[in-house]
Amino acid sequence: MTQRLVIIGAGMASGRLLEELDTSAFDITLFGAEPRGNYNRILLSPVLAGEQEFDDIITHDAAWYACRKITTRFGETVVKIDRQKKLVVTSQGVTPYDKLVIATGSASFLVPVQGNDLLGVVGFRDLDDVEAMLAAARKPGAKAVVIGGGLLGLEAAAALHKQGMDVTVLHLMDHLMERQLDPAAGYLLQKELEGRGIKIVCKAHTAAILGKDHVEAVLLEAGDLFPADLVVMAAGIRPETRLATEAGIRVERGIWVDDTMRTSADDIYALGECVEHDAVVYGLVAPLFDMARVLARTLHGEAAAFVAPTVSTKLKVTGVDLFSVGDFSDGEGCEEIVFRDPARGIYKRLILRDNKIMGVVMYGDTADSGWFFDKLKSGEDISDIRETLIFGPAFQGGELMDPLALVASMPDSAEICGCNGVCKGTIVQAIRDGATDLQAVKSATKASASCGSCSGLVEQVLAAILGDEFKSPAPAGICACTDHSHQDIRRIIRSQQLKSIPAVMQEMGWKTSCGCHVCRPALNYYLLCEWPLDYADDAQSRFVNERNHANIQKDGTYSVVPRMWGGITTPQELRAIADAAEKFNVPTIHVTGGQRIDLLGVQREDLPAIWADLNGAGLVSGHAYSKGLRTVKTCVGSDHCRFGTQDSTGLGIKLEKILWGSWTPHKVKLAVSGCPRNCAEATCKDLGVICVESGYQVSVAGAAGMELKQTEPLASVETEDEVIELAVAFIQLYRESADYLDRPYKWVAKVGLDWVISRVVDDRESRAALVERFEISQSVYRKDPWAEQARPEYRPRKWAALADLTLEAAE
Amino acid sequence: MSTWIDIAALDDIAPRGARVVKTALGCVAIFRTGDDKVFALDDACPHKKGPLSEGIVHGTSVTCPLHNWVISLETGQAQGADEGAVNTYEIKVENGRILLDGTRLRARSAA
Repeated sequence: MTQRLVIIGAGMASGRLLEELDTSAFDITLFGAEPRGNYNRILLSPVLAGEQEFDDIITHDAAWYACRKITTRFGETVVKIDRQKKLVVTSQGVTPYDKLVIATGSASFLVPVQGNDLLGVVGFRDLDDVEAMLAAARKPGAKAVVIGGGLLGLEAAAALHKQGMDVTVLHLMDHLMERQLDPAAGYLLQKELEGRGIKIVCKAHTAAILGKDHVEAVLLEAGDLFPADLVVMAAGIRPETRLATEAGIRVERGIWVDDTMRTSADDIYALGECVEHDAVVYGLVAPLFDMARVLARTLHGEAAAFVAPTVSTKLKVTGVDLFSVGDFSDGEGCEEIVFRDPARGIYKRLILRDNKIMGVVMYGDTADSGWFFDKLKSGEDISDIRETLIFGPAFQGGELMDPLALVASMPDSAEICGCNGVCKGTIVQAIRDGATDLQAVKSATKASASCGSCSGLVEQVLAAILGDEFKSPAPAGICACTDHSHQDIRRIIRSQQLKSIPAVMQEMGWKTSCGCHVCRPALNYYLLCEWPLDYADDAQSRFVNERNHANIQKDGTYSVVPRMWGGITTPQELRAIADAAEKFNVPTIHVTGGQRIDLLGVQREDLPAIWADLNGAGLVSGHAYSKGLRTVKTCVGSDHCRFGTQDSTGLGIKLEKILWGSWTPHKVKLAVSGCPRNCAEATCKDLGVICVESGYQVSVAGAAGMELKQTEPLASVETEDEVIELAVAFIQLYRESADYLDRPYKWVAKVGLDWVISRVVDDRESRAALVERFEISQSVYRKDPWAEQARPEYRPRKWAALADLTLEAAE
Repeated sequence: MSTWIDIAALDDIAPRGARVVKTALGCVAIFRTGDDKVFALDDACPHKKGPLSEGIVHGTSVTCPLHNWVISLETGQAQGADEGAVNTYEIKVENGRILLDGTRLRARSAA
């Protein structure tokens, strides 16, 4: 019979263990206290900072477990291990095991002071903590106190500051990150963070956390008081060992394990942050992954032994370069080489003993960290190069090496990926076995699969081995001005509250002074969508048609299309259109596919005058030129048609009156058909409504342009009001989350119809919020641009020539 | 010899914008960049005569509104893989006024 393997804890260590195991050899049950599967906990900081989303950091999704036949029990806490009967107990019942793995990880260490259990006191360990912090950050002017100035505390502080909170860090020791940094580097880091506006207090002994139910302030023993809406406990972690202790398994600081990851109890193993190996407890990811490799082999009955690795540290705070490894405390026989450039904020320190590198601390410029790290691990004698050692590899041998040559010269044993312990030789082998891009190397070796900071290095190895065959990936940037993707830009605009095009370009490091014709219209749209009340539309970042509210034609003339609500018109309107066509010598009058009339060949300077005439008859812009709501096509429905089931024309007009004037990532076209015969061709629109006897079928994401695609069902509803609410919510979700110039069908293909349905149909709160945000935007944009642009003051400023030199030239 | 003609105030053109001056032989587009430099070019793209004055101005280039050719405001040359050029005219700003050199315009009308 297949052995039953039960794993308690769904963190990074057990996630890696599952990858290392031949899962078909066991019948596996995975318990996790969090109601979600394995994700990359290291990247919670970027999620908190708004630089990544949770979906980006999921490492194993439901499909992954399913195809390996792993039973997942997420959100179910194991309360007891029964060693005699070999089973684990949860509130849902008991689960027997043949082999048991404890991977319960660690919990934030709660500073033992009064008030540490108040609402608003959180750790920084899991997604729930991150969500609690983000909720606190939403309150304007909210204050956060972070207790602990180590790696985790500072990442939390920087991220919360980025989210707009007023942040204070309280640190018990004399300088920040004292376990990884010496005082000088700690000082530079403190100066950098203070320069960003984060308050830092060292030697801060917390006396109490004050508040009634919810936290209100933090009190220091020295008497200082810091008001706080949020307190983040980041003063360390403590291994989660309770289950093991209660089961009588040997526990020291962590659960004791031998070299093969066995605990003191038969058939029970442990790995991750909850264990202690050779008197050491580990908190960084690289050793945990080594443990996973060893345990997988132990479980398969193969020999393997865990060896304590040398680990290095990098801080994941955007814009701070910091590296530390090894032992840097002053000691007997230690010598040091120090390089300082205070003006540029650069500090490097090497600690030597017996002509070998024992420790490295770098701040401000960490480009050479990998080179020093290699020398430290190999124990190389550096006496020959000591004089220029601190200047790094560029100064050895006199010749400056380009990055590619440097990578090519690295030995196969050089470590490329610190998180996963992947050395160059392994990557080279993967490339020789057929991996030709970063993704392939990642899946074959795990290199760059965790924190991702070595992606560039992996690509350089690819380039060094494959030469010209390696095509470095096209930058994800939306144009040559930036390396940022559309979604990055939208996220940063939101999280950093950027409200102008120059602010976005400055904060996101645009490579050009004022963008180009690709990025500027996109930025203009993202900003007006995000901040409808604050952002003033930039006409110079609009494509000509949207700037001039008419469609430019090949000869430089324009086409003018007045709106015909739901395709309905009147004799007066038709007369006004005919009069205007005659008065302005319109050469071509064409009936469009969107049920209106197009006047083609209008001169630019005549535009305000023809608009004024059309306005006079009650006609407004049809926005036939915009990335916005174009038309709502209808059939005549129950008013006239013997098959009509509902008032499709009336519903179409209502939809158009609500939606008109809105800007969207690309154009949006709707249709309402009065019966399934579908005369309005609703099933190839961005949003289509088919009326039936029982109500309305709403479907979305059709296309009838370069691609042809039928709509997909969104929901069936009974009333017109529900149709309108769904349509508005769908369009607002599209406005808020699509890439600029993606039509709805492309956007839905990217985000998935299920997600759209969950936000627009299933979650009524989300739907109502979308409708509300659309209405806020429409309070600004639901108006006729023709009426505004036809006003007399616009004529000399915009529509007339700057000067007329025809006489001048004829002299 | 230059014949400077005062055509308008600098502020009559939006930054990163353009407007046209009518001449006997067609329109000349007057551009103002984000850093307040001015340029004058024939208002017709070398590709299909698109009105460059309606393009998006970025750096010292303009993108033609018809087919996205990028034209250098400094030289009138098409950028990138595209080939072609438009006439440029001498232009300067003095005391907030835009001055256009009329010599070439007259030469053109005489030709």
